[in-house]
Amino acid sequence: MSKWRFPVLVALALAAGAVSAQAKTITVTVDKMAFSPADITAKVGDTVEWVNKDVLAHTATVKGGWEVMLPVKKSGSIVMDKAGTINYFCRFHPNMKGKITVSP
Amino acid sequence: MHIRPLAAMAALCLLAATPFAQAADKPTDPQIAHIAYTAGALDVDVAKLAISKSHNKDIVAFAKDMVRDHEAVNEQALALVKKLKVTPEDNATSKALTKEITTEKAKLEKLKGAAFDKAYIDNEVAYHKQVNKALKSTLIPDAKNAELKDFLKTGLKIFEGHEQHAEMVAAGLK
Repeated sequence: MSKWRFPVLVALALAAGAVSAQAKTITVTVDKMAFSPADITAKVGDTVEWVNKDVLAHTATVKGGWEVMLPVKKSGSIVMDKAGTINYFCRFHPNMKGKITVSP
Repeated sequence: MHIRPLAAMAALCLLAATPFAQAADKPTDPQIAHIAYTAGALDVDVAKLAISKSHNKDIVAFAKDMVRDHEAVNEQALALVKKLKVTPEDNATSKALTKEITTEKAKLEKLKGAAFDKAYIDNEVAYHKQVNKALKSTLIPDAKNAELKDFLKTGLKIFEGHEQHAEMVAAGLK
């Protein structure tokens, strides 16, 4: 048994390292006409997921850019593909606003 | 709140042209529930007219958004009054609002094309402004039940969203 211990530990350490370097998913809750948290940070490659708990359909829309549809009680997501500051809003209710700061 | 009567009367006289100012007494919760529901149902009616009449995709999309949102909000309103055992009660404000929108709808029915689109969306901006003002100044402050008050507060956020959305659509019309 003892001769297996070392390789197993190495494998576990490698796996742990690989997990921590993997892209994350950042969750934003959409409830009662608000994105929460409204202001998030992410890294390139991370996924932002919006979970819509409202009885209303919403969107996460970037003017002149992408749009994620958020049907009633459903979620939607998008991968952050470049660094920068993204201001988004709900196209159906433009008073709902959010911000994502994406670092390289 | 006790020094208000005179100022309130004066304000009411100035604002007498709008349905929300016609009732001098503070609305009760059953009346507030009725007003909120009526305001939503009337907007759905006008939106359905727009869906059937307009050929402008932005107008039709906006009208569909109104039907979807206001029907969802009113469904919640019905669930809430049932839970609170409040029976919505017809009142002067609801009646005046219904009369106003019925008149507006009759005007819209006679219009076509771009003239219809512009009249509809301008009316939507004005209507949501009027309802939001009433929510802020009367309906929310006068609501006694905390759950009803919270519901109206969320409603205000939704309708403020509609107001901004309508303004964007109006600005996009040529």
